Amino acid sequence: MAAPLPWLKPAVLAGSLLPLLEMLISGLRGTLGPNAIEEVLNRLGLIALVLLLGSLTLTPLHLLFGWRWPARIRRWVGNLAFTYVLLHFLTYAVLDQSLAVDAILEDITQRPFILFGFAAFLLLIPLAATSTDAMVKRLGYVRWKRLHRLVYLAAGLGALHYFLRVKADLSQPLFYATLLAALFAIRLVDAAKKRRARREREAAKAG
Amino acid sequence: MGLLPKEPPAGEITPEALYLRRREFIRGAAGFVGVTAAVGGGLIALSRRGSPPAAPEVAGIDGGPSPDALSIASRPPQFQVDEPHTEYAAATTYNNFYELGLDKGDPARNGHSLRPRPWTVQVDGETHRPQSLDLDTLLGWFPLEERVYRMRCVEAWSMVIPWVGFPLAALLRRLEPTSRARYVAFETLLDPEQLPGQRRGVLDWPYTEGLRMDEAMHPLTLMAVGLYGRTLPNQNGAPLRLVVPWKYGFKGIKSIVRIRFTETEPPTTWNLSAPNEYGFYANVNPQVDHPRWSQATERRIGELRRRPTLPFNGYGEQVAGLYRDLDLGKFF
Repeated sequence: MAAPLPWLKPAVLAGSLLPLLEMLISGLRGTLGPNAIEEVLNRLGLIALVLLLGSLTLTPLHLLFGWRWPARIRRWVGNLAFTYVLLHFLTYAVLDQSLAVDAILEDITQRPFILFGFAAFLLLIPLAATSTDAMVKRLGYVRWKRLHRLVYLAAGLGALHYFLRVKADLSQPLFYATLLAALFAIRLVDAAKKRRARREREAAKAG
Repeated sequence: MGLLPKEPPAGEITPEALYLRRREFIRGAAGFVGVTAAVGGGLIALSRRGSPPAAPEVAGIDGGPSPDALSIASRPPQFQVDEPHTEYAAATTYNNFYELGLDKGDPARNGHSLRPRPWTVQVDGETHRPQSLDLDTLLGWFPLEERVYRMRCVEAWSMVIPWVGFPLAALLRRLEPTSRARYVAFETLLDPEQLPGQRRGVLDWPYTEGLRMDEAMHPLTLMAVGLYGRTLPNQNGAPLRLVVPWKYGFKGIKSIVRIRFTETEPPTTWNLSAPNEYGFYANVNPQVDHPRWSQATERRIGELRRRPTLPFNGYGEQVAGLYRDLDLGKFF
């Protein structure tokens, strides 16, 4: 039997790239609003955060409902999130700052919200670089998995980046931060359950 | 024999394997389209929340007569700026007016709920004549001038806007402050029906702002009732707003219903919300960074590259003297 849901990955890929197409068309038609650079920067950043949290939602979905499809698109969603993070950074560095290195360095060192966003971007680079099957094999699954736990740190920094960016209404960043905390809690509970089960098994064996 | 339909060519005959899997194929196609649309549509909708609305066509701006043109008595040459004006559509769809929504496009979308007439301005505090003034009475006192000012937002973007209004100094003189009045405070309308953003406590409503008396009396300080030759649109702070071109935009309080003279520095909304980010003075100053963004440069709306920000937004020659004895790093 062929792999189930062969269309799932292409659909997630196509769907995740649609906003880029929409932004491109809007840009060409001049309908991105009076401050198009800021608009693109904000949209790319938000989509990056949503996709990053989306990639972290997949394992809990498996844990909660026993579905098997989430695991198959997890790395894809992670890579798509990184694509948006990269585009977000490039929009900031090239379009917004015109590659003014001193201004960018000043931003990173002086402004915590930019520092946290930049740190998240840096953390995601090794994860994106090791996202191929060959790299999983080369690192060994246990080590690969340990490395990829960094994604939680990166997502946390991403949420913090958003939180500190907002001027007065914190409801949106708080929503994403809460979601992230909930996802993390589901995994902690699951890990604790597994640990207990293992201990009981070992105790039974010893007895 | 010519009567029977021709057999289709071999290439057009569906292979048996595919024919048998057609249901699976249709399901797959539907799944693909559904998931693509859901993921794409969801991301687009989330990321476009609050984006500026499509620029409206405006009579009198895009050609044709303007229904709400103001009669302008003068264009004093000392209050003009020789720089291209920001497009009307940009100045009226890219606004910070949290009482009408938090995103830049919200005020233009939600502005219809504000009713700029009838409108009363309460005058009290350190004045010889506390009073309630009907706006139209007040407007009858002053000929309208057009002044083109740079507008620099604390978020590091800027515009060039032709305002229509009258000097605040002329109004304050008529309101007869006492000798104890050292500051003047302003308040925005408090009415969640008209300003639905006030239903949420993101800021301490009503919005209040204030100026030192000498700042308020400075000839550059303007009470605006219009822009681009026409009545102020609601999203720009109708019917009466403050314009202080050497200060960050948030000092320019909108939809004013109260003017109060005080002896001590009045509390101001953004300063109460985040005192380390927004000072009482809020003079445009490229040397004093906001904790979350540099103030050294700005993006002029309509331009691609950032440009350097000027001290006092380019009005230093006129206003720097007001602050000769003030440590501007401390009193930002």
